[in-house]
Amino acid sequence: MSLRAWGIGDINKIMLPGILGTKVGMTHVYDADGRMVPVTVVQAGPVWVTQIKTDDTDGYSAVQVGFGEGRTKDLTFPKFGHLKKAGLTSNVKQLREFRVKDTSGFATGQEITSGEVFEDGQEITVTGTSKGKGFAGGVKRYGFKGQHMTHGYMTHRRPLSNGATGPQRVFKGKRGPGRMGGDTVTQKGLKIVRVDAERNLLLIDGSVPGPTGGLVIVNKVEK
Amino acid sequence: MNKHAILKSVAEPHMKEGLPEFRPGDTVKVHQKVREGDKFRIQLFEGLVIACRNGGVSESIVVRKMSNGVGVERSFPIHSPNIDKFEVIRHGKVRRAKLYYLRDLVGKAARIKERR
Repeated sequence: MSLRAWGIGDINKIMLPGILGTKVGMTHVYDADGRMVPVTVVQAGPVWVTQIKTDDTDGYSAVQVGFGEGRTKDLTFPKFGHLKKAGLTSNVKQLREFRVKDTSGFATGQEITSGEVFEDGQEITVTGTSKGKGFAGGVKRYGFKGQHMTHGYMTHRRPLSNGATGPQRVFKGKRGPGRMGGDTVTQKGLKIVRVDAERNLLLIDGSVPGPTGGLVIVNKVEK
Repeated sequence: MNKHAILKSVAEPHMKEGLPEFRPGDTVKVHQKVREGDKFRIQLFEGLVIACRNGGVSESIVVRKMSNGVGVERSFPIHSPNIDKFEVIRHGKVRRAKLYYLRDLVGKAARIKERR
């Protein structure tokens, strides 16, 4: 999966354009004005730099990071060699890349915590895999209106017409029932309420895609 | 640390300590802080607790009172910093957790016996 997250040069705090995390769940906190804020708690980082890609060697510049404790059982020999090169001794659960403009300031094996990347009140986007809904009809999946429930209607939630008779076929991509959920979803317009640097927790105002325990990628918004 | 412990530790600093125990059927006085410009004023709301909703920091109560012959219900998040304090005035004896049936009753029929 490619991440369309680009580095921002002018902010001092900047290191990575984002961080990896797992969704812990939702709760409430109160802000300074006494308003209740619904927050999603994300266990974000620490991540370790496993590879630095540069224009010369890879044709683009990016930083690959590893996140989470992986099982030793799942550590394949090629992955072991890859992590060993970065100075990591144990398996990581996830490896992801962040595109950056400038790779200076990064070193393989370096540990990056969420406190170094984010600050309170920062605008972010969160990418995750949405919850699977199974085989869903058009009403739930695409918000089709459906038909009346009463007044003699004998169809209620069917998609009805699949198109005009002229082309004598159904156009590719015609919306209808099918598998819903399990897509990569980016939620925009989110904000960090608080960064708990000590425990690597991010408190995000609002909800983020995916189930609890799912991988989320928290990206800064380019100003 | 499991997820419940993390969520609890995030919410716990926002929770109040030493709150009175609420039960449906109790009569309470809610001292609410109302902001007027830069100043805060205390507004009182006295009525009967007809429902308690649990949920840690999100815990709330629904208070009902008759105001000029019109029933008024307000729900208060009990851990909100905008609420100065709660006073439990009277304990009522009821047999239900949600007293929504009181909405259909007025006057003498809507009385609740005191619990001792």
